[in-house]
Amino acid sequence: MSLASFTRNSFSLALKQNNLSFSSRIARPKIFQQAIFARYASAMPSLNVLTEEEETIRDLATRFTQEKVKPLVQRMDEDEKLDPSIIKGLFEQGFMGIETEPEYGGTGASFLSAILVIEELAKVDPSVSVACDVQNTLVNTLFRKYGNDFVKKKYLPQLVSEKVGCFCLSEAGAGSDAFALKTRAEKKDGHFIINGTKAWITNSAEAEIFLVFANLDPSKKYKGISCFIVEKGMGVEIAKKESKLGIRASSTCSLNFDNVKVPEENVLGELFKGYKYAIEILNEGRIGIAAQMIGLSQGVYDHALTYMFQRMAFNKLIGDFQGMQIQYAQVATEIEAARLLTYNAARLKEEGKDFIKEAAMAKLYSSQVAERAASKAVEWMGGVGFTREFPVEKFYRDAKIGSIYEGTSNIQLTTIAKLIARNFK
Amino acid sequence: MANLKILVGCKRVIDYAVKVRVNSTKLAVETAGVKHSLNPFDEIAVEEAIRLREKLGNNVVKEIVALSCGPPKSQEQLRTALAMGVDRAIHVEVGKDDSEATRTLQPLAVAKLFKAIIEKEQANLIILGKQAIDDDASQTGQMLAGLLNWPQATFASKIEISGDKITTTREIDGGLETISSKLPAIVTSDLRLNEPRFVTLPNIMKAKKKPLEKFTPDQLKVDVAPRLENISVTDPPVRKGGTKVDSVDDLISKLKSAGALE
Repeated sequence: MSLASFTRNSFSLALKQNNLSFSSRIARPKIFQQAIFARYASAMPSLNVLTEEEETIRDLATRFTQEKVKPLVQRMDEDEKLDPSIIKGLFEQGFMGIETEPEYGGTGASFLSAILVIEELAKVDPSVSVACDVQNTLVNTLFRKYGNDFVKKKYLPQLVSEKVGCFCLSEAGAGSDAFALKTRAEKKDGHFIINGTKAWITNSAEAEIFLVFANLDPSKKYKGISCFIVEKGMGVEIAKKESKLGIRASSTCSLNFDNVKVPEENVLGELFKGYKYAIEILNEGRIGIAAQMIGLSQGVYDHALTYMFQRMAFNKLIGDFQGMQIQYAQVATEIEAARLLTYNAARLKEEGKDFIKEAAMAKLYSSQVAERAASKAVEWMGGVGFTREFPVEKFYRDAKIGSIYEGTSNIQLTTIAKLIARNFK
Repeated sequence: MANLKILVGCKRVIDYAVKVRVNSTKLAVETAGVKHSLNPFDEIAVEEAIRLREKLGNNVVKEIVALSCGPPKSQEQLRTALAMGVDRAIHVEVGKDDSEATRTLQPLAVAKLFKAIIEKEQANLIILGKQAIDDDASQTGQMLAGLLNWPQATFASKIEISGDKITTTREIDGGLETISSKLPAIVTSDLRLNEPRFVTLPNIMKAKKKPLEKFTPDQLKVDVAPRLENISVTDPPVRKGGTKVDSVDDLISKLKSAGALE
């Protein structure tokens, strides 16, 4: 090594250590710095910046939840059933086909619009939110992304206007290990015959269109999995409706398929691609669940804070005690962080960039924040928080599902880790 | 049956759910960064126009036009009206967003702008909100009727049209009052006239394609300078806490000393 290069290297090393660069050492007039700042500010809007259209859509969802959903929340939780007016309302408002193209009767709005609607609905009732979420981010998107013209023309207009759909992947022995599914499909006389049992299927009590993952050729293992479009009338049988800890109004059932005959054209996309479709759709579906969880967090938080600035103790508003301030400031910060993770994942997806890690992070963190926010809200409200007089206990029960469905928290962590480790191997 | 061309007013106001705050000038309330929406009484006016068309048919109600006078962002409220079912919109731009010119736009100036547009459009039924929830002036409809020399029916709780006659019901202290007049006429909507529909998502998207025409007061040759001056705007006084008394006698003597009892 020559002396010259040694000096140059050590000089640049010194610069690095001092965190300096040549350009930063040249003083710039302040006004010039501001001009640069302003240019960056206009090129990069903050994550919370919405288009006028998205804001209008969100306002509409807020109004719907306040006027139509709110009065029914407690009764629906106790009845373990969504009121028919809610499903009807979701269709009438256009909330069941937010991204679906106008040629099929949908709105053709952005993915973030769907995320905002899911979030708003969850602020009042996470059960209503998940019904909307599954229809939009799983069922409609599967049709839109992979369906051929025939199935899109046949089913999307129904899914946008009147029929609930559901996503049938899980089985009693195939949850996180989804591709261990045992449901079989056989080709026979120009039809497919489906046999098997699906478990914990969201929306299935109301559903009329079922996207069923079944193995057409078990010798190919998971590469035999294909996705079939099954109508209720073809013989889908509800075996058992689950009674649950939370999101009780949202239906979760086991479904029996006993020699269900499905026409040949009712295959979604290509045969033997089912496993791919399921993975891909769940990647973006997670952003929807993250949205549900941040909505839940904000909903329960707002209830508790309203109470804390009404209720007095020791001649002081509860919210004015420093011990409380420290707690609610912390939770508000976590909700904000979860929201930014979620919106960022949604925008990445919209822009066609990689989003799998960010979506998994958003879902993982939002569901953790939801549990904490709901748990704290119950504590902050004390005795009444624990009673059914106030809705916070329901949010507390509802929060738990976030770490379970559409990939458990452990699965999200595995996904995140895998995507990180890849860069270091 | 007459051919109807309905014009409805759509004012941009601070949303009813927002906690309103006085701004630093102490001459107005803070509008920057505050959620705004379509004045609820105007929303009722829009709904009524659409219901009239649904009831009487396209052959009678030829067109429904929404008009807003205000800052550039008033177009958001016009788009709400378009999404509800209005055919097209007209925006008379007055001032920039959250500007002095917008804050000092007063009912007389708005009535004059409406008159200019009505004459241009040849509208023959004007439905306005009975008042806007920001300044609660309740003057534009009445002033407009005066300027046009048209019949007016304010605070309508029911509107019926047959031929070129309009019959309006209004709720008054003693019961219901029914007013009938010839068209053209001006009606202002009360709260119980109807319950406005929800805007649906597909209609929001369709509304983006509907025409929205823009004018300035100069183009309409209307002077919008304020005639009234705001001296000050203050928060309502904070409610003071009461005191506890031990007995009825104590209460009576306290009330007497406060001058509430003789």
